[in-house]
Amino acid sequence: MDDVSRLLPLPPVTFHILLALADEDRHGYAIIQEVTERTGGALMLGAGTLYRSIHRMLEQGLIIETRERPAPEDDDERRRYYRITKLGVETAKAESKRLAELVKFARQRGFAPGRP
Amino acid sequence: MLAYRLLLWLYPASFRAEYGEEMCAVFARRRRRERAASLWASAVSDTVINAAAAHIDLARQDIRWTLRGWRRAPGFALLAIGVAALGMGATTTAFTLLNHVLIRPLPFPRADALVALYQTDHANNQPRDNVAPANLEDWRTMNRSFSSIGSYVAPIVPMTLTGHGEPMRLNGIVADSGFFATLGVAPLAGRVFSPDDDTDRGTPFGVILSHRLAVSLYQDAASAVGRAIRLNEQSPVVFGVMPPAFAVPNRSVDLWMPMRGVPAMARTRGNEILSVIARLAPDATFESVRADMAVVGRQLEDAYPEDNKGVGIGVVPLREVMSSQSWTSVVAVFAAACGLTLIACANLANLLFARAVGRRREMAVRIAIGAGRERIVRQLFTESLVLAAVGAAAGLVIALVSRRLLAFLVPSALPMDPTPQMDWRVLAFAVVLAAVTTVVFGVAPSWLAARGANFTLLRTLTADRRSNRLRSGLVVAELAATVVLLVVVGLLLKSMWVVQAVDPGFRTEGVLTLETALPIIEPAPARRAFYERVLTETRGLPTVVSAGYIGFLPMTWAAGNFLLAVPGLEPTNWPSVHLRFVTPDYFKTIGVPILSGRDVRDGDHQTAPLVAVISQSMIQKLWPGQDPIGRQLYLPFGSQSMNTMPTSRDIKDLTAWTVVGVVGDVAMRGLEAPSLPQLYLHADQLPDVMGFYAPKDLVVRATGDPLALAPALRRIVHEAKPQQAISGPRLLDDVVTEQTALRRAQLVVLTAFAGISLLLAGVGIHGLLAFMVSLRVQEVGVRMALGAQRGDVLRMFVGHGLVLAVVGVAVAVPLAYAAARSMTSLLFGVLPGDLIVYASAVLVALATTLTGSLQPAIRAASVDPTLTIRGE
Repeated sequence: MDDVSRLLPLPPVTFHILLALADEDRHGYAIIQEVTERTGGALMLGAGTLYRSIHRMLEQGLIIETRERPAPEDDDERRRYYRITKLGVETAKAESKRLAELVKFARQRGFAPGRP
Repeated sequence: MLAYRLLLWLYPASFRAEYGEEMCAVFARRRRRERAASLWASAVSDTVINAAAAHIDLARQDIRWTLRGWRRAPGFALLAIGVAALGMGATTTAFTLLNHVLIRPLPFPRADALVALYQTDHANNQPRDNVAPANLEDWRTMNRSFSSIGSYVAPIVPMTLTGHGEPMRLNGIVADSGFFATLGVAPLAGRVFSPDDDTDRGTPFGVILSHRLAVSLYQDAASAVGRAIRLNEQSPVVFGVMPPAFAVPNRSVDLWMPMRGVPAMARTRGNEILSVIARLAPDATFESVRADMAVVGRQLEDAYPEDNKGVGIGVVPLREVMSSQSWTSVVAVFAAACGLTLIACANLANLLFARAVGRRREMAVRIAIGAGRERIVRQLFTESLVLAAVGAAAGLVIALVSRRLLAFLVPSALPMDPTPQMDWRVLAFAVVLAAVTTVVFGVAPSWLAARGANFTLLRTLTADRRSNRLRSGLVVAELAATVVLLVVVGLLLKSMWVVQAVDPGFRTEGVLTLETALPIIEPAPARRAFYERVLTETRGLPTVVSAGYIGFLPMTWAAGNFLLAVPGLEPTNWPSVHLRFVTPDYFKTIGVPILSGRDVRDGDHQTAPLVAVISQSMIQKLWPGQDPIGRQLYLPFGSQSMNTMPTSRDIKDLTAWTVVGVVGDVAMRGLEAPSLPQLYLHADQLPDVMGFYAPKDLVVRATGDPLALAPALRRIVHEAKPQQAISGPRLLDDVVTEQTALRRAQLVVLTAFAGISLLLAGVGIHGLLAFMVSLRVQEVGVRMALGAQRGDVLRMFVGHGLVLAVVGVAVAVPLAYAAARSMTSLLFGVLPGDLIVYASAVLVALATTLTGSLQPAIRAASVDPTLTIRGE
């Protein structure tokens, strides 16, 4: 098994964090905000859940901590910024594909809206 | 904010160090937007759940790390697991025994309210005598302490069951209705005895069967009830069947018979035959009961001064009904096991420490790449925990396997299954033991290693005096505990030798015994015909040298004691004797020497003058320096004075027996207990009221293998009386060997403990010195380059080991003496300070030290100075 499929299926929180980091590097609180916004408030990550996920994702190589920091006036030195890795991107894509397949099956059975 | 910071302490330190600040920042920003109540609710649940998960993550990681490490060093892993398993197996096993004997409630409802009652006679050193029936009747009416009292006749009554294939020899217990009411155990089917069954009026004769017997006869309990069985040629009805776990007074009982079967002679104040149990009334305490019964005892003493002078009433919780010897034995085994576990812990601590030092480069690297010291400690600690868990699991398995051996150490006086049961307490004990040992052997090395790891690259570890002192201290502790164990085992071993050297008074080789218990009510002529026929035919067998019968073989029954009235002697000086009825040739068969006069013989029939054979010690008691032959002894059979102690006035009412012979003394009560003098009477002259004493043990001396006679003997008995059950045959030698069964079990367990601890101590010394040598290779090289001889180096390391041993011995000797003093009840013929035992223990410990230190010392001495210095 390659690195990507070994990690599948992704825990939902991990998938959300990868999505939040898709377009830009973010610090922890920004990830929380992004996830909350995108889910319309349905998923509000707690600090513990977030950092435990981050810890694991760092070990798995899905994300890295980046040393590039924003302009000093926007920065807070306590913050740490995270960036999605190539493996992270591939894994997120693979997970999306897996989910899409799943939805396709669900449609065939009439469990999900839309055409099979 | 402070509250949130405190909350973060739930996380592993490494996690907190990594993310704590950020988490605080996130929390601070949230606080600005969200309501306090919901914010805190979510923060607390988020923290608790994730902190637990983070700990589990780390534990998983550390366990993986541990297992990987073990795979890489299988030798170390096996040794460590083995040491942990031995240490914890010993304690878990010993606790299983302790739990079974001392902690678990007895298998009765509200068992803590059950007591045993005794007659005490401290003047005659009888703290726990059985109870005379008439006294018990008075206790019943006079006490205010018990909600019920029950009793059974102490000796087991051998019974014969016929009508189910081969006649079966069964163990019967004569019990009253109070016996079942007091224990409070309901029958599985049918009923138990009612008060009507205690008299011989009213209800028919019925018995209660053990579950085992009911199943073997009728497949199940329910269908046994109401059947008539053929028992000793009577036909009692089965009233009920007890549950399988009911084993009172012990496991060997097959059936319970009603009190009405006891001859009237038993209803006296002089014959102590009853074992009594009672249940405390709800408002009674042990203190109030003891006070109450003390009053009852005094009143009875005043009312019946002849019988009850000096007789008190002993109240003992049923759980504690065992000798101090049994109690000490169980506690000693547990204490020894704890000592062994401590040794194992010390060993593991040293082992883990040496390994941690060996991996210091790995640790240093890990610290360099950012692992905190806490992570290292945690990893090492997890390794200890895994080790302890594996050890505890192995310990449980060892305990499970060795339960049968332990059964020997369970006092037979306890009314329960002797095989110790594993229950939740044993399980909980194993868990606690794992936790405690983890702390004991895990914490110190983890801490030392982590401390050392920071400086390893500076090589200061070699000079770390404090850790070396700690490690040497552990080895000293191991040696000391080993010496204590060796002394304890040595003392017990010597006791065993002394016991085995006790002369039983008879010769066991070539003697076979067979029990054929005739019913008590058997008419005398039929009994005599049976003995005659069996003995004549047995003597006719080719290899048989001689054969005889006795009531109770030596060492099989401590009771059967009678007060002998002797003319010309003050009644207070009249001796108690062991009374046994024998046939001619019994003495010859069992090898008891006839010292003067003659054996009982065929001519001493029922109407001939009554004859008696006495043992030698009775002469010293009664007629020192005089010829006893022809003198008269008086026994209270068949006279009205059976009910009371005879006085000199009554002698004329008693039956006179003339001494015709003197034989050697026999250890009737076993090898360790002092026996009373023995009085033997002729079986043909057995008074009818003494049916219980009728000979039932056949002894046969043969040339060749006595066991080969078994089929022939069975056939002879069967032909003489087809309904007669037989138990045995067994070798007389086995009867004597059984005497030391408890000691042997004790010794096997404790010797195993001592052996293991010796091994562990040796391994510990070897490990410590090997470690020191490895650290000091350069130093040794330099010394040798400067002219030190190999012998000097050898002496240096062996000397170090011996210094540790001497310190260990110095610590151990006072401890060993204290341990020995506390177990004097287990010692026999040995003083707790026996010099030879101590000297041997010390020598063995020193030899072990020498053996353990030799190999590392030789390795040090064979260091090549040029190589090591170049290596530097």
